[in-house]
Amino acid sequence: MALRPSTTESPLVRRILISTALLVLSLFLLLPLTAVFAEALRRGWEVFLASLHDEVALSAIHLTLMAAAISVPLNTLFGVSAAWLITKYRFKGRAFLLSLIDLPFAVSPVIAGLVWVMIFGSKGWLPPTAMAEALAPAARLIASLAEYDGFGWLLADLAAWLADPKIVFAFPGIVIATVFVTFPFVARELIPLMESQGSDQEEAAVTLGARGWQIFLRVTLPNIKWGLFYGVLLCNARAMGEFGAVSVVSGHIRGETNTLPLHIEVLYNEYQFSAAFACATLLAFLAIVTLGMKSLVEHLSGHQSSGHK
Amino acid sequence: MSISIKSINKTFGNYAALENISLEVPNGSLTALLGPSGSGKTTLLRIVAGLEFSDPGEGRILFHGEDVSETPAGKRGVGFVFQHYALFRHMTIAENIAFGLSVLPRSLRPAKAEIHARISELLKLVKLEGLDKRRPHELSGGQRQRVALARALAIQPKVLLLDEPFGALDAQVRKSLRRWLRVFHDEIGLTTLFVTHDQEEALELADQVVVMRNARIEQVGKPQEIYDHPRSPFVYEFLGNVNKLSASNGSHRYIRPHEIEIAFAAEYNPETDRLAKIDHLFSAGPVATLSVRLDDGQFLEVEISRKQLDELALDPGDEVSIRIMDSSKSGV
Repeated sequence: MALRPSTTESPLVRRILISTALLVLSLFLLLPLTAVFAEALRRGWEVFLASLHDEVALSAIHLTLMAAAISVPLNTLFGVSAAWLITKYRFKGRAFLLSLIDLPFAVSPVIAGLVWVMIFGSKGWLPPTAMAEALAPAARLIASLAEYDGFGWLLADLAAWLADPKIVFAFPGIVIATVFVTFPFVARELIPLMESQGSDQEEAAVTLGARGWQIFLRVTLPNIKWGLFYGVLLCNARAMGEFGAVSVVSGHIRGETNTLPLHIEVLYNEYQFSAAFACATLLAFLAIVTLGMKSLVEHLSGHQSSGHK
Repeated sequence: MSISIKSINKTFGNYAALENISLEVPNGSLTALLGPSGSGKTTLLRIVAGLEFSDPGEGRILFHGEDVSETPAGKRGVGFVFQHYALFRHMTIAENIAFGLSVLPRSLRPAKAEIHARISELLKLVKLEGLDKRRPHELSGGQRQRVALARALAIQPKVLLLDEPFGALDAQVRKSLRRWLRVFHDEIGLTTLFVTHDQEEALELADQVVVMRNARIEQVGKPQEIYDHPRSPFVYEFLGNVNKLSASNGSHRYIRPHEIEIAFAAEYNPETDRLAKIDHLFSAGPVATLSVRLDDGQFLEVEISRKQLDELALDPGDEVSIRIMDSSKSGV
């Protein structure tokens, strides 16, 4: 028998291991993905496209995109600040903050949704009626401002909302639930990265006279950009795909508070399988794009950092 | 520009990193902070730089008489070279060196052409011409070290601070870079404070050596002075090899290996010499090291030249006569 390194198994064992892994992967990951596309196209392209062009479907897509467009930047901002705080400074309560960031991972999404219903629901601590009362002066002020030019439409919308501040079973609730659930992604991606990089380069920048924002933009950010990008990617994928928490707070109002995952569920429950799977292909496609970008990022960052210690 | 350090204390939690440190670094000198790890030398350097602040109280840092204790690091005008260089790895060498100039407010920032000229000048100074377009990971350790130095010098600092400047380099590069730094320092004449745990490095390079131990300064002086007149057993043992010889009355005596003469047992003089037996012999290199056992069982390390060893033609097991030279300092 040929000599081989002590850490390598025999060819037979290797082949068995590899084929087992491939079998499991295709059975559990590839097969469902193929099934989604196959089911969506079973009744032809026309039905597929029609299900996506449906008014209610378009509204769900719009809502999902809007919720992601608000929660992803918010959590990016939060994640970067939290990672910066936790890795560059030593302070009391640091460990507590670290575990707090993980809370949304630990809590079931249903609970995450119910909490907001409990706080902002009509029988909650801060029901819309009480909030409307408290916010009435602000509503009046903004309504008067809306009469002037410029962002009048935006201010008018804001004033209308302040007059009837619904959070649960409305768009704000969906955003809050999404923000809560996707809270940890960016921070969790950045903290180990920034921890491993240490503060040497930042300190060097300090001694060279750089100010806080210069240090962040010119030293910290370039060093974490790929990790940050990946974190944002994951955060976005989750924000668009979140089901549980959003399902609880949204109230499933068709064409109004149904996000894409909720819309898919409604269609499925109504036995509109082709339409349900057509919409599901969008989310599946999002997953594929996310994974593709992830590999691209890994390739680019690995390429760039080759030769680094 | 001189540096005056006055009654500095620094504690991290319950741990005292520096206890009442006062020190004068003369203008234009090259001063070494020498000590084992945990002695507080790096903390002291970081406090001088403003990267760390001393405990509130009397502690003061003065640059040429001017109190900078409250001045933030970026405004102190210090050039700091980090142990692992801390180069900005996403920037080219030229961008690294220009960093300190490019972050200046627009009104103070030199014109592009001037920055460019400054970079070329600095690259020439540290003997790295033509590497301006490279990135840090494409350079060797010694080259990175000099880029870090050029980057620190670009802001025309008042003082230069180096943290273990040769710590991450291999022995060969370390030695040549050490000599280069000495010449370099004499050329630019910048007051320089550097941290090292390597006594050889401190003694060879510095004008003034500050020996630190357990958050305190143990001794300050010129290298020769410290080597010849160590003020404590710690300094004696820390600065090079030393034999600790116990006398019958319980007192100790420190003798450096090269301060012992060796002769044939036939030349033994009971008044001044002692008899010993050769235990081991290491003769690779210009200096031979002998380990001998005295008549009372204590071991001594003796250094003699290769030439002398060849003349004496000694072998392990031979009986010899040893004499401790007068120049050696006894009983600390």
